[in-house]
Amino acid sequence: MRKVAVVGAGLTRFMRRAQETGPELAWLAASQALESCGLGLKDVDSVAIGSAPDAFDGVHMKGEYLAPGAGGWGRPVTRPYAGGGTGVLMPIHAWLHVASGMFDVCLVVAEEKMSTCHPHPQGAFVTIFDNILERPLEPNLIWIFALEMRRYMETYGITKEEIALVSVKNKRNGLDHPSTHVAEEITVKDVVESEVMVAPVNRLDVSPVSDGAAAIVIASEEVARRITDKPVWIDGIGWNLDTAYWTNRDLAYPAYVERAARMAYKMAGITEPRKQINVVEPYDPFSYKELHHLEGLLLADKGQAAKITADGVTQRNGNMPVCPSGGLLGVGNPIAAAGLMKVAEIFWQLRGEAGRRQVPGQPKVGLAQAWGDLMQVGTVVVMRVD
Amino acid sequence: MNMKEQPSGSLPGTPLSDEAVQKGNVLTLEWPSSLRYAWDTGVAVGRFLQELKEGRIIGRRCHRCRRVLVPPRMFCERCFRPTDSWQMVEDSGTVNTFSESHLRWDASRIEEPILVAVIGIDGSSEGGLLHYLGEMKPGEMRIGMKVKAVWKPAEERQGSILDIRYFRPFDRSTQDRPA
Amino acid sequence: MGSTEHIERVTDLRAWPGDFPVSHLYTLGIAGERFLRELKDSGRFMGTRCAACEQVYVPPSMFCPRCFAALEEWTEVGPQGVVRAVSTAHRSVSGGALEPPDTLALIQLDGASSLLVHRIGESDGVSIGAKVEPVLKDADQRQGSILDIRHFRPV
Repeated sequence: MRKVAVVGAGLTRFMRRAQETGPELAWLAASQALESCGLGLKDVDSVAIGSAPDAFDGVHMKGEYLAPGAGGWGRPVTRPYAGGGTGVLMPIHAWLHVASGMFDVCLVVAEEKMSTCHPHPQGAFVTIFDNILERPLEPNLIWIFALEMRRYMETYGITKEEIALVSVKNKRNGLDHPSTHVAEEITVKDVVESEVMVAPVNRLDVSPVSDGAAAIVIASEEVARRITDKPVWIDGIGWNLDTAYWTNRDLAYPAYVERAARMAYKMAGITEPRKQINVVEPYDPFSYKELHHLEGLLLADKGQAAKITADGVTQRNGNMPVCPSGGLLGVGNPIAAAGLMKVAEIFWQLRGEAGRRQVPGQPKVGLAQAWGDLMQVGTVVVMRVD
Repeated sequence: MNMKEQPSGSLPGTPLSDEAVQKGNVLTLEWPSSLRYAWDTGVAVGRFLQELKEGRIIGRRCHRCRRVLVPPRMFCERCFRPTDSWQMVEDSGTVNTFSESHLRWDASRIEEPILVAVIGIDGSSEGGLLHYLGEMKPGEMRIGMKVKAVWKPAEERQGSILDIRYFRPFDRSTQDRPA
Repeated sequence: MGSTEHIERVTDLRAWPGDFPVSHLYTLGIAGERFLRELKDSGRFMGTRCAACEQVYVPPSMFCPRCFAALEEWTEVGPQGVVRAVSTAHRSVSGGALEPPDTLALIQLDGASSLLVHRIGESDGVSIGAKVEPVLKDADQRQGSILDIRHFRPV
């Protein structure tokens, strides 16, 4: 199959509430992405739109609603969906568009406007639970994170303080990200003493809901080489879904992330991920998730991600920088756009264009991963620059 | 503590404060949702609810992978075939994981935390149900602790997961018997 | 072979009632805000022009969906317009009778390329091609809503 590259990227600010409508946010990111690689809308062959549940923006058929702002007028448009995993499912999907030979340029746009949902976007998540056997218990979304975090902590003997280091790192990294609305300098003590939401999850363990959009441009090798001297190749893609019967799974380990990672590594020819991957953007909606996902990505032994974090390995100047962007904790979480933001970050890191966030050492291979649904989906891309 | 010196002006987007919205500095449109649903319970959950009304928990067995599934379903998602038989299980179990919630479903705060757990029901395979824990303090919850359902009295049961009020600590040595 | 049990009797069917417990507070967007403010404050209709595509969008858009250009040229349109499509609804959303029936039309305001949806009032019926004019609420009653227009009526 043809080689496929990311050639451009664009982001809006991430905000607690944007004045812009969804299509306007989409256009702001999409036009920026096209401009960044000198392409116009006329050069776009197909469009892939990513957005998490319609319930947040409060519009039915959100893909169609966003389409005019995502360049979808009169073009083939698809909207793949995997909850929080959507942001990385998008480049996977766009890869299929282009590698198949059907299209040369695919514009990928992810948008979320969570502020629309009242009284709080968490309320929309109530429908993630089983309607008949779980909703009557009036669960809050954070229950499943808390239950997973507890299982993870107890299975491997990890403390809240160790997990809090992720919030500290990412919120500090986020200070250098122009999209951020939540970055700050905090300490482990701040995290463990912040308001308990659903134990063991404290307020500073959680990324905030946000409005925002992200876009990337994906092109065939021929087009990529023509318009840029630094195409970022999509070398490996992987995705995997676990059962919705979440109470029948051991939440201590995200097996579906491992399966997605293995799929991507095999395709990319990665046999020693810890050595061969230079920069990582795993999905970090909660502090412990970064650790959970690093293990699922086989980048740390089970139960050991906390240790490598404490050892500084995952700092920007460490051996394996993790979330140099600041991640969701440090930048914000407009669900689908957050995942695509990570892909954009790897794009910029591998091209040496990440400014103050740039990890040293001229990274050549990067990985972005997203996760979502009912603790179910792993989506992984491995990217490489020549 | 807050270093707001990030170069956030360089990217597009117009943030709005809550105040701007409340004071009407920007126009908004409020729309209530009036979506109501009637979800078919299906064969498996229909029977499950019926048994709950009787004070019992029922599962479904797949003979191929030999799992007893709670909640029951008519298909085995692993073997991708119909499940084979009904299997009554215990109303006791083991806590797989637990938590203490200070938030309601809509993110508003509550004073008395709600204790919740995923409970592996005795007689089923691989975990089972999300439910409340009761008759214990938050600090007493443990992964691996044995718990037992506390049922509503028969005349109050309706065929709902709430026919079980919560699960309480279960000490086999005191010879608790299933309801 | 696993058993495939079915529900045989309709009386054995069970449904679990529930709802979707959220509401939504929409912002109007950059373009939408200006459109409805102009309507509220000045009682006039505005659109945005894309010179390259020779389009005037009403309701206005901050970007051209055809060529993706940023649209900065605002222009007044209407207030009169032409009916391009019309239909009368006799049933409400929930299926009951609508009394009186509701007539909706797609209206091309003078100078606009795209169409606005609104009600037709003060009329026994309009045809496609009919010229119409808006009936606005009084200025002090307008709120910055599409309902600041009561309806369109034949000229």
